[in-house]
Amino acid sequence: MRKIRSIITFISISTIGFLYLPLAAMAFFSFNRSKYGFTWEGFTLNWYIKLFENQAIIEAALNTIVLAVVSTIISTIIGSALAIGMQKFPWSFKTEKSLNMMLYLPVAIPDIILAAAIVIIFGILRGVSSIFDPGLLNMIIGHITFQIAFVALVVKSRLASLNSEIEEAARDLFASRFYILRRITLPLLTPGIAAGAMLAFTLSLDDFVISFFMAGPKSTTLPIYIFGAARRGITPQIHAISTIILLITVVSVIAAGRLTVKKNRKRWRITKNFVHL
Amino acid sequence: MLYNKEIYSFARQCENFNRRNTVVFRGLKFSYNAANGQIKKLYNKIGNILKNGLTLEGINKKFGETETLKHIWLKAKAGKFLTLLGPSGCGKTTLLRIIAGLEIPDIGKVILGNQDITMMPAEKREINIVFQNYALFPHLNIFENIAFGLKARKFPKAIIKKRVEKKLEVLALQGFENRRPHQLSGGQKQRVALARALVNEPEVLLLDEPMSALDARLRAKVQVELRRLQQKLQKTFILVTHDQDEALVVSDHIAVMKEGRIIQTGAASEVYDNPKTEFVAEFLGAANLIKGEASGEGIKTEIGFLKLKKMPAWINGTVAIRPEWIKIRETMPSINGIKGKVAEIIYRGSEFDIRLQPCNLRVKTSAYRNFKQGDEIFIELAPEELAILDE
Repeated sequence: MRKIRSIITFISISTIGFLYLPLAAMAFFSFNRSKYGFTWEGFTLNWYIKLFENQAIIEAALNTIVLAVVSTIISTIIGSALAIGMQKFPWSFKTEKSLNMMLYLPVAIPDIILAAAIVIIFGILRGVSSIFDPGLLNMIIGHITFQIAFVALVVKSRLASLNSEIEEAARDLFASRFYILRRITLPLLTPGIAAGAMLAFTLSLDDFVISFFMAGPKSTTLPIYIFGAARRGITPQIHAISTIILLITVVSVIAAGRLTVKKNRKRWRITKNFVHL
Repeated sequence: MLYNKEIYSFARQCENFNRRNTVVFRGLKFSYNAANGQIKKLYNKIGNILKNGLTLEGINKKFGETETLKHIWLKAKAGKFLTLLGPSGCGKTTLLRIIAGLEIPDIGKVILGNQDITMMPAEKREINIVFQNYALFPHLNIFENIAFGLKARKFPKAIIKKRVEKKLEVLALQGFENRRPHQLSGGQKQRVALARALVNEPEVLLLDEPMSALDARLRAKVQVELRRLQQKLQKTFILVTHDQDEALVVSDHIAVMKEGRIIQTGAASEVYDNPKTEFVAEFLGAANLIKGEASGEGIKTEIGFLKLKKMPAWINGTVAIRPEWIKIRETMPSINGIKGKVAEIIYRGSEFDIRLQPCNLRVKTSAYRNFKQGDEIFIELAPEELAILDE
């Protein structure tokens, strides 16, 4: 028994190590004084300070944030509306099934194929207007196209967990459709919408493939910058940037987790009370 | 008088607008002449409309291929407590949802007062419902939950506050205003659901098995409270339940349902005393059913000849007698007496449930006397206690 336990512990720790060791090494070497190679020459914050002196990096960081924030806001609105529409509209069973399928596909389709497809559309649209030249706007549109599906899926799962009786109760209490949406459905969906937005935000933040295909000369993002810089050789500066992005991602994932877990705990408490009755 | 207060306040409104001589009340136009003292006549008229209560005329409802409701005719008298009683799946909840406006019948009419409300959406009906699981709004506190209906109709804040506070008091919920539903016990949640419906002063209050989430002791207490509340408010209540004891405790009238049909309606005691079918006799009070053949002044049965209070309309049929109506005698009774052997005894504290052989009758008796298994006893099935079923 004891042997089994130690084996399980060993496997678990190695798995976690396998997942996190590269990230830990990256963070570790971002504090290394040595410019080349992997020998430890002492602690420094120099690489982080240098980041803020590098105009190209600051520009890339700003682009990344603008891209992530704008695309997240738009995709959250469209994605939530899509989820509510899919749930509330009396679709026939078949239509609903194929709609669900269509919603899952963008999640499963490889990014690179989606990116190539979007490039074709923008190529055609470029003939109509020069707005569709490669650049930040195109990248925002590109990000929204893949974020919508993620937001809609998260919001939909939250919607499915809501009791339809609650909306019926609101109807019975003289509430119009709009009043129900504003006072009942949206407040109850807020945790789901927020979790969807966080997910969309992190996806946009670390997206490389789609950004790379849509980017113009002035719309480099951090992932694109890192890719370019790494080809010239990996420096501790890249470790530093990557560590910061990693940190932001971790924080938003934890925040998204908190939002959903808190609600779950509450629901669990309700069921517990129910059992005690 | 039933709705005197409402009629009076309406009449006051008429007097204040007496230059106009037509008033609209619930979509109906009334002409009157204040100078000729017609106001009294007018509110007698309106009073009659209100007294009409709720009527269902030939309701049919299908879900896919299953006929959930078949040709329902029913009247809920104003200010009375009506219970729809039936086993699960008999369509009683669907019927309640049709009254609330959450479903629309395929055929038939729902009439409130004398207005056809069949197609009126739920949010426009002066009818409120208490759901089985209460369906309280989890993100709103108790005050906001109760105030929801008034707020949705844009009542002034002061009036909302006054009315909600009054309902909090009536239902003993003071001090809970700022709590969330998940912080309340089942009984408290149920009172909030009641307050949330009643604060709108609906014409009809619907209750969809509101006790099913409560434990047995609390349920018994709440049933009595509900009955008291209804008598105090003098509103029309319609309750759906599968619990026959609950139906008997709370209702003025009972409508027994089975497989989408109403089998029997009537005053609670009438349905209990005179069941018309085997189903009603068994479902309401688990009666003994005795089959027999009409002859002379009674019927011939396998346990002997039974005299009846009146002749049945059939040749071969069934009579019913409730376990507590069978009397145990020291000697063989002269009319409708039967000798039986105690085959089984169940002790229930204040009473015994006894099963007799060979006649296979269930008898309920108070526990003043000790019976043993195998004892021979005499019982009397008095003619006035034997209910003659229709079939």
